[in-house]
Amino acid sequence: MSANALPRRAETLLWVAQRASAAMLAAFVLVHLATIIYAVRGGLTAPTILGRTHGNLAWLLFYGLFVAAVAVHVPIGLRVIAREWLGWRGRSLDIVALVSALYVVVAGWRAIWGLYA
Amino acid sequence: MDVARRSRPNYAAFLVHRISGLLLALFLPAHFWALSRAIQGAGALDGFLRWTDSPVVKLAETGLVVLLAAHFTGGLRLLVIEFLPWHPWQKTAVAVSAGVSLACGLLFLLNVTA
Amino acid sequence: MERRPLRVQVWRGGADGALQRFEVPRRESQTVLDVVTWIQRHADPTLSYRFSCRVGMCGSCAMMVNGQPRWTCRTHVARLGGAELTIEPLRNLPIIKDLATDMAPFFDKWAEARGRFVPPPAPRMPTENGFARVEPAGRERRAADAGIECIGCGVCYAACDTVTWNPDYLGPAALNRAWTLVNDGRDGGGAERLAAVAGQGGCLACHTHQSCQELCPKALSPTASIAGLKRAVTLAALRGEV
Repeated sequence: MSANALPRRAETLLWVAQRASAAMLAAFVLVHLATIIYAVRGGLTAPTILGRTHGNLAWLLFYGLFVAAVAVHVPIGLRVIAREWLGWRGRSLDIVALVSALYVVVAGWRAIWGLYA
Repeated sequence: MDVARRSRPNYAAFLVHRISGLLLALFLPAHFWALSRAIQGAGALDGFLRWTDSPVVKLAETGLVVLLAAHFTGGLRLLVIEFLPWHPWQKTAVAVSAGVSLACGLLFLLNVTA
Repeated sequence: MERRPLRVQVWRGGADGALQRFEVPRRESQTVLDVVTWIQRHADPTLSYRFSCRVGMCGSCAMMVNGQPRWTCRTHVARLGGAELTIEPLRNLPIIKDLATDMAPFFDKWAEARGRFVPPPAPRMPTENGFARVEPAGRERRAADAGIECIGCGVCYAACDTVTWNPDYLGPAALNRAWTLVNDGRDGGGAERLAAVAGQGGCLACHTHQSCQELCPKALSPTASIAGLKRAVTLAALRGEV
């Protein structure tokens, strides 16, 4: 095994986490796509969006979970692409992946909060 | 570079899945930024939404919907291949995925221009 | 029949070598191996290449033909398209000379994937006169049978882009063999083998391009075997065995 990879167990669990988050996202994205396609009828405006999201706890929880799943799924996926197509390996890549996961959580939850509160 | 022959439908499915994922990942920060306009009040969000009214942006949005649908259907196909007992109809699954993605894109385009 | 000579490009030298051009007379039912043999006998005796049975059984003559890894003794020139025939050594393996590659990394990965039978400390299955009773139509035996005809020719390994992109990737053949052993009720390799095929270079690295399955001359499906391994490894990981 390469010295530039995480331990075997960690690598395996990352893969499993990506598949698990993918399964969750399958459900979330289905809802998200259906919602978008329906909501853009007649045009999107701030009042129509905010009218639906403002104070809507169910909406907040749904998208909160959505963002969390994305924060797991995207960095792991990007890490694989970086390793295979850029030849980027080792600690630095892992740190960047972790940072991007944190970014998604922070930026995503901030955006959701802005639409809820 | 050698061009070894590849199972074309399956290889195409792989490329579409990887590239759509990459493009969606790159789009994500822009998406969060746009939504965060709401934090500055409804006016800021409305200003942004009016900018998106142009046909070019609508076309780009349709593209994004297709990318998301493609990544989603391609991902479902992978989950089926990897976690359900093996079947030889993988290529059909690729075709179905492609069809569904395009259908989503068209549906969006129709609704957004209605 | 076409009487103009065949235009052939053949790789010469090591990794830093180059393609060399030859003109080879066309013959009835000519295979690519026939072409290589003609070149070595009549044009350039210094050409190095491997072959053995010549009849599509041993897999020794595998080379890249117009960019695809194939058994050259089973590849008819008449069925190939294009104005020129390009013959190169198998991809993803170090080149020794000309068309001969070093197969050691291929087999090293086979060993790394624990691709050999491990006798258990005690028989794992009911025995009769010292022989294990294996149900031939059982699910596990059928899964093993689907993959055991592999003769280690390296075509799948040469076809796989993931092998090219990921130096740690054990490759389709090694993983296919590991899967047949996972399904062998007599084998004692168990958790250790699953651990060997987990992690960064293991079955989880496969992206299901299925080039291996498309090109396997024995019509095996390493992709199917690898999918089975993914399931087995996931379960093992969740049970804490990896």
